[in-house]
Amino acid sequence: MTAPALELRDLSVGYRARGAEALVLHGLSLSIAPGEVYGLVGESGCGKSTAAFAALRALPRNGFIRGGQVLVDGQDITALDPAGLRQLRQTKVSMVYQDPGRALNPSLTVARQIGEVYEVAGVGRSEAFSRAQAMLLKMRIAGPARVMRAYPHQLSGGMQQRVVIAMALAKNPALLVLDEPTTGLDATVEAEVLDLVQVLRHEFATSILFISHNLAVIGRMCDRVGVLYAGRLVEEGAAADLLSRPLHPYTARLIQCLPSGKRKADGRLETIPGFLPAPDDMTPGCVFAPRCEFADDRCRTIVPPLETQPGHQVACHHADRAQCTIAPAPPRLVSAPIAGAPVLRAVGLSKTYGDVRAVRDVSLALLPGETLGLVGESGSGKTTLARMLLGLEAPDPGGVIELDGRFVAGRAKSRTRADHKALQIVFQNPDSALNRSHTVRRLIGRPLARMAGLPRRQRAARLLELVGAVRLAERYLPMRPRQLSGGLKQRVAIARAFAGDPKVVICDEPTSALDVSVQAAILNLLTDLQASARVSYVFISHDLGVVRYLSDRIAVIYLGRIMEIGPVQAVFDGPHHPYTEALLSAMPGAGARIQLHGEMPSPAALPSGCVFQTRCPRKIGAICETTEPELADEAHAIRCHLPRAEMGRA
Amino acid sequence: MPHLARQIGQRLGLSLLTLLLLSIVVFAGAQVLPGNVGRAILGPLADPAAVAAINHELGADQPLVLRYLGWIGKFLLGDMGQSYVFRSPVAPFVGAALLNSLKLAAVAFVIVVPLSIGAGVYAATRVGRWQDRTISIAGLSLTVVPEFVSAIALILLFGVWLRWLPISAAIRPGTDWLEQLRRLIMPALPLVIVLFGYIARMARAGTVAALEADYTRTAVLKGLPQRTVIFRHVLRNALLPTITVVASQIGYMIGGLVVVETLFRYQGIGSLILMAARGKDLPMLEAGILVVGALFVLATLAADMLQAGLDPRQRAR
Amino acid sequence: MSERSGLGRVVRSSVFLAGLVIVLFWVGCALFGRWLVPIDPYRDDLLNTLAAPSAAHWFGTDQLGRDVFARVVVGAGPILSVAPAATLLATVAGTALGLLTGYVGGWLDTVLGRLIEVLLALPLIVVSLLVLVALGPSTITVIAVIAIIFTPLIARTVRAAVLAERGLDYVAAAELRGESAANIMFVEILPNVLPPILVETTVRLGYAIFTVASLSFLGFGIQPPSADWGLAISENYGMIVGGYWWTVSFAAAATASLVVGVNLVADGIQAALE
Repeated sequence: MTAPALELRDLSVGYRARGAEALVLHGLSLSIAPGEVYGLVGESGCGKSTAAFAALRALPRNGFIRGGQVLVDGQDITALDPAGLRQLRQTKVSMVYQDPGRALNPSLTVARQIGEVYEVAGVGRSEAFSRAQAMLLKMRIAGPARVMRAYPHQLSGGMQQRVVIAMALAKNPALLVLDEPTTGLDATVEAEVLDLVQVLRHEFATSILFISHNLAVIGRMCDRVGVLYAGRLVEEGAAADLLSRPLHPYTARLIQCLPSGKRKADGRLETIPGFLPAPDDMTPGCVFAPRCEFADDRCRTIVPPLETQPGHQVACHHADRAQCTIAPAPPRLVSAPIAGAPVLRAVGLSKTYGDVRAVRDVSLALLPGETLGLVGESGSGKTTLARMLLGLEAPDPGGVIELDGRFVAGRAKSRTRADHKALQIVFQNPDSALNRSHTVRRLIGRPLARMAGLPRRQRAARLLELVGAVRLAERYLPMRPRQLSGGLKQRVAIARAFAGDPKVVICDEPTSALDVSVQAAILNLLTDLQASARVSYVFISHDLGVVRYLSDRIAVIYLGRIMEIGPVQAVFDGPHHPYTEALLSAMPGAGARIQLHGEMPSPAALPSGCVFQTRCPRKIGAICETTEPELADEAHAIRCHLPRAEMGRA
Repeated sequence: MPHLARQIGQRLGLSLLTLLLLSIVVFAGAQVLPGNVGRAILGPLADPAAVAAINHELGADQPLVLRYLGWIGKFLLGDMGQSYVFRSPVAPFVGAALLNSLKLAAVAFVIVVPLSIGAGVYAATRVGRWQDRTISIAGLSLTVVPEFVSAIALILLFGVWLRWLPISAAIRPGTDWLEQLRRLIMPALPLVIVLFGYIARMARAGTVAALEADYTRTAVLKGLPQRTVIFRHVLRNALLPTITVVASQIGYMIGGLVVVETLFRYQGIGSLILMAARGKDLPMLEAGILVVGALFVLATLAADMLQAGLDPRQRAR
Repeated sequence: MSERSGLGRVVRSSVFLAGLVIVLFWVGCALFGRWLVPIDPYRDDLLNTLAAPSAAHWFGTDQLGRDVFARVVVGAGPILSVAPAATLLATVAGTALGLLTGYVGGWLDTVLGRLIEVLLALPLIVVSLLVLVALGPSTITVIAVIAIIFTPLIARTVRAAVLAERGLDYVAAAELRGESAANIMFVEILPNVLPPILVETTVRLGYAIFTVASLSFLGFGIQPPSADWGLAISENYGMIVGGYWWTVSFAAAATASLVVGVNLVADGIQAALE
């Protein structure tokens, strides 16, 4: 019997900070067979990256291994001396981490960086160079010679990650650790990189430890999956089995937090109440008990061991009951858009910075109570569009923005108090959106004073009402943002946006920085607020599942142009714009992936004709290169020369 | 490449603009601030007629713009004006003094640059330990000690008690270069002491950041020997910003020269400026200051170019 | 726990404490030294010049027979009024200027940027000399010159911090509720840039002391018959070849300890705020 590629035995790892020690991993055991892909999934703070670094003995300086063993290919690496460790890293283990731009040395060429992997193994300089180039070819990189000469900053994110993967596989390792390898990449790029990993794992027959917060990605990539919660493995099993039939209440809940095809009218999303325990929390019993609906006295006193169930291992006293929670949530009342005059209308909005044409001639209308989803990859101009609507950027001359039929000024500074009240925003990153030196009371109170125009007494009452509406306990009022979790901070930001009874709230990726359980709670809150306050949303997101859940209509943006706009159902069912079709095919769980040619062109050098023609898999001919298709004024409009009948459908 | 050319052009243009402003500031400082140049030279008790006479003689009764244009025009042609004190052209004084100062500065730089960068990098590899704390705190403390204070300590120690080094740096014509070098060591040391902490701090900060960077971890995980990691991956990125810091210290150094040259009776640009200031020799003072400023602007420009040339992100964008 | 992070960490840093003790010692000397010293620091005693340290004169006497110990203690006064005054003026002006240029930007920013470039091209001491020659040396002029030179330097630090804050969304949120520019600068942004301002101010104080001492040494700073340390060294350093080391050593040590103390305080604050 061959040894496992990686075996963690009762591994405990901690960090030292300011003289105090805190354990992050508590007796973690797992084993990865040769050639197997093992997924480790969990929310932020669960210790999954720590496990990854511990597997290579590459913990940060203040990290330490408190107990247990790490066996790579049967060899205990916790006992290795520096030379042995170097030898191990030269031949057997590799790692790829989240941000490829930072994983590459900015001042060395790609050739040099891949080449040195061979050189350290004793290969000559010129031989190393040709092997590096061959490696890039295996990464399906067209024109490897150009990439070899390039410095990292000259490559796109997807290309950088391929180079990092090439570097990692160059030594043909027994174990490859992938730590969130596609987080931060655009959906179509992510799908390409994941496809590549799928192919390479067979080509190189390497074992993979795949770390991710994304259940769908884990489900697609892995043979077996372990679920990590607060530094403990709570469940482990075959990927398909575990995701379809979770036995631990945490896993079950986590899966139900995802919108997975649901619409807001189908019912609320599940959430997980409470918070992850602090690393130094020494409460006895099951670590998930404080947040678990099944918890009883036994859970609160006795730590459940990891027990084998058919096809599964699970650490829960109530493993038989977790399935009970998977019951369809009841449908609920949501506000339907009110037909008639639009509350917000934009006509011919463009934004040009020098040569860069970020947004071009965008027109859209938003009905009262409606949610318009805005979908696009990075560089599509969706955020610039939102900033123009808000008045944070002035549109190029000729663009018109109307609120309730009234023309509003292009710059926020020139807008009236009524305009400020009517149009608000929830930003992506609450750390940036909330002033860190102000208290929650002040953060919400100041907009109330400015925009609601209430007398002081009523203001206090309205403040409490608003805080209640976003489900924020009053005890948070005197706190400052750094004392709050990400979800709580986002609630404060939402309360602030609703202070002046807005008509339109622009949500710019409001959940992309949050864990899925927190995301679900925020999506529920936004839906509830819409039903009670009859507000309209412009909801910007790169996550099609989230957009589908919340939106009534969807606009797909590419290179500053609306390519397709229509009701959610129509956009998802088709006929699709070829770009939309590619985006949909990149969603986890979708069928065959549609490959786009090349990379997104720079907005400073737009292609002639249709802006998508350089990458379009369904390009029909010269007309695409010479004439830009029109976006007709119809309910489901598509900017494409292709006849509707020939477009793809779901 | 046209991009690079444009960038170089832009930087040259900015440097010229800075020099222009600099000349205006110096001119304004020397000619406008005193209100009345003649009065400033002769003092408050002088006869008004004498003041008017000297103003006329110096051209100080002409409109300011004309005076400025005349001054800067001649300056560009190498005529720095006439010294009030020596009644002879300023340029030869400035030239000789500048050469002496450059010698002193060169000795200081040759000592301080390798020493401080080495110490900064070493501290970074021992970050948080006693070696790091010692280098950081000592460097930091020495940086703020005025040159005349450290010079006094050095003179007492090496000049008066141990008698290892001469306490005067004044060089008679015909002194051989080895003796010149020996005389320059003590005046250079106070400058070294001030610059050491500053450069070491920057080198340490850059190295710490590079050591913690993801790309360094990538290099370590490739199993590269530590030497390769440090020299190929860390230092290359860590020391780029230090180049600019070293250049920016040239201006600071010249300020230090004023004190050090005075203390060690060395005839450089610093003691020339002080002498001109004490003697209210405005043309000499203006010329000295403008030359010093121009030197600094050129050094910064050179450092900028060097850094841009070494950093692929700036080179090829 | 986060409440303790700022101030608590500063106070517990031993480097900071060491610096603070030194600085407070000299501040005490500056404030009360006149009444503490046994001998009048300004009284000449021409029969007893250049006396070596003894029981009567702990640090000896100078060329005019004045008691060196008394002069070192009292000498903390001038520099500890001139340097902080200049630094404070520059901090207030520099903060306002930095907020304006960082938040409002535009031509003001461009002009200031150039001006700073020019000032950086001129060594501090050299510019001070130029102005002091033009206007004549006096305490007020020294304060004004240093304040004027430091203002753009502090403004530059504040501007950099403001630019970083300006890109954050809370500023956009304030603009979106129609807050005035003054409100955004002073209520929203200022509290968040106070830490770097505090660090910059303490660092600048160190440089101000350095500069004032150097100017006094060169004869363009604090004027006789003050007991200022730089001045004392300037008056007496010619004597050290003759072995009269006490006339300058104690003043030099005092200057060094003061600048080092201020710098340790600055470093302690900076380390705690990072």
